Amino acid sequence: MAKSTTAHDEHSHSDYPKGWRRWVYSTSNKDIGVMYLVFSIIAGLVGAALSIGIRMELQHPGMQIFGDPQMFNVFTTGHALVMVFFVVMPATMGGFANYFAPVMIGAPETAFPRINNIAFWLLVPAFLLLLISMFVPGAAGSTGFGGGWTAYPPLSSAGPEGHPGPAMDLAILSLHIAGASSILGSINLITTIFNMRAPGMTLHKMPLFAWAVLVTAFLLLLSLPVLAGAITMLLTDRNFGTTFFKPDGGGDPILFQHLFWFFGHPEVYIMILPGFGMVSHIVSTFSKKPIFGYLGMAYAMVAIGVVGFIVWAHHMYTVGMSVNAQAYFVFATMVIAVPTGVKIFSWIATMWGGSISLRTPMLWAIGFIFLFTVGGVTGVVLSNAGIDRALHDTYYVVAHFHYVLSLGAVFSIFAGWYYWFPKMFGYMYNETIGKLHFWVTFIGVNLVFFPQHFLGMAGMPRRYADYPEAFAGWNYVSSIGSYISGFAVLIFLFGVFEAFAKKRQAADNPWGEGATTLEWTLPSPPPYHHFSTLPQIK
Amino acid sequence: MSVQQKNHRIVAAALGVFVLSMIGAAYAAVPLYDMFCRLTGFGGTPLVATAAPQRVLDRTIKVRFDGNVSAGLDWRFRPVQREIEVKVGETALAFFRAKNMSSKAQWGMATYNVTPDITGAYFNKMHCFCFDKQQLQAGEEVDMPVQFFIDPSIADEASLNGIDTITLSYTFFAAEPPVVAGTTSAPKL
Repeated sequence: MAKSTTAHDEHSHSDYPKGWRRWVYSTSNKDIGVMYLVFSIIAGLVGAALSIGIRMELQHPGMQIFGDPQMFNVFTTGHALVMVFFVVMPATMGGFANYFAPVMIGAPETAFPRINNIAFWLLVPAFLLLLISMFVPGAAGSTGFGGGWTAYPPLSSAGPEGHPGPAMDLAILSLHIAGASSILGSINLITTIFNMRAPGMTLHKMPLFAWAVLVTAFLLLLSLPVLAGAITMLLTDRNFGTTFFKPDGGGDPILFQHLFWFFGHPEVYIMILPGFGMVSHIVSTFSKKPIFGYLGMAYAMVAIGVVGFIVWAHHMYTVGMSVNAQAYFVFATMVIAVPTGVKIFSWIATMWGGSISLRTPMLWAIGFIFLFTVGGVTGVVLSNAGIDRALHDTYYVVAHFHYVLSLGAVFSIFAGWYYWFPKMFGYMYNETIGKLHFWVTFIGVNLVFFPQHFLGMAGMPRRYADYPEAFAGWNYVSSIGSYISGFAVLIFLFGVFEAFAKKRQAADNPWGEGATTLEWTLPSPPPYHHFSTLPQIK
Repeated sequence: MSVQQKNHRIVAAALGVFVLSMIGAAYAAVPLYDMFCRLTGFGGTPLVATAAPQRVLDRTIKVRFDGNVSAGLDWRFRPVQREIEVKVGETALAFFRAKNMSSKAQWGMATYNVTPDITGAYFNKMHCFCFDKQQLQAGEEVDMPVQFFIDPSIADEASLNGIDTITLSYTFFAAEPPVVAGTTSAPKL
């Protein structure tokens, strides 16, 4: 018996492709996860560069770096699309979910390894299409699509008032492919979580990150097809003479907004829910306590996912909805604060009385909780239709969603990165560099976005390349913050380089007794084939 | 095929059907949204009626008219009368004057709505130039009629007691010629 096991192990260790085939043909959830993370970092550098371009332009009143203000709008649109579809989603639902959700539930692989491979490789042409889109003609006399990530018609239409050039078409096709990638990835993850849990791993014993991935995958399946439908209608309106959103043919441009936000609102939860899962594990690990209110935490995510689908029109208070409809959407939106509050307080309760060690992942997790709460509070402010009437499309909204996404989702990604870095790559990161990365980022992003609340309250609108003298002060502060944040990205990259250069071997479980999930029972890094014998969960 | 593989395929197939049905739902939203607005008058969509109401109330409401032309159609389009006072339940007739300012014949189609939008459910049109595409020859000028009434059941809705003005607005868009040949340029009444 012992002999046959050894033979099997030897066999399995030589039974995988080497060199470029290992990555390009990969069917390993772990390798694909790592590829997603690398992709996300590269796309993140592009997205960050675009955002620094935005802040350079807004550093002073008047035009600084862009000759044509339309180019500024192309930058904001590109920044948003890159960050949403090619940075946050690949990192959370691509990278961490593929790598760790199967491991945490005790599965040796995902259910459809080849679908997993194609899901990743679809993302690359999608990203290239989006990049090409920025360099081909869009609106008359300029390149790229500058109508915002929401792509509302008629600005996104092919008419003279919109973007007649091919830039919008390329962006639509890019989103089609990215959407197909996410749908395939989600089907794979849901099937894995439903069918491949280790013996004894019931849904109610499943780690919270796996729960988060399950809920997020369902949100993707529900919302992405609606986006695909809406942008396909836009594509046929532009090129094939349909009139879904053209009033002269009996269409309705407001319908696009409804369809877009039916996708767009769940999308913001898609970006944050995996982060909720990761932060739960990190807070529990570094407080050396099990997570407070496990079932409440799991079902809070389910509740956020469900309610997230019936609040979309709070993005559209100003389109002329009836007062009754607005009242409903105000109420439903505020309801989401309840399960979100359950999560925030449960994280705090987990830390309460715990033996807290402020390692780098924990710093990012606590930073996440703090900043996400700030963004959540301004979200409740904006959910009021009456207040939104004044703040709609101002920098207050920009500050709000960057606090939940840029400072929320991205902090959770960095928390997960440092938490699982030793596991994924087998090396310890440098604690000093990690902490420096956190503090510089924390100071930088707060300098960027906190003053934007003031600018928004003062009435500065989004998506303009210029502004009156009165807004100059806080815009200057905000731009300085963005350079500090950009510097923090360099610290991050140096930290990664340093860890791989110094090759400090990481223990199987570098975090001690607090880390209880199954990935810490594996070596660091895990072997190519893990769980040759399935773990038993008591 | 192992049992596990079979189970995988069942789950994946169910999820695939689910995805397809959501794409279908997105497309179904187009006619459903249109139907919903027409049936309920949601968002200020006036209703279409075939018969005048039975009763006329003593309450009068001022109906104001507004005409717009979208870019791409070289017409002048404005109401003949700025506003009229109608009794609730009474059928009224109003005219809009349209003139083709260009040197060629053009087809146009008007979209419409009423403000406050909540009154859309009570604003009924019996005949309207906006039901069909209209053609104007170069330089041609016509008066286009709209026949409408305000449903007396508006009086049953206490929250609408304060409504004393309703604005009916049209926007003309350039349109393709209708597929059916032989339509005259005369507006239908």
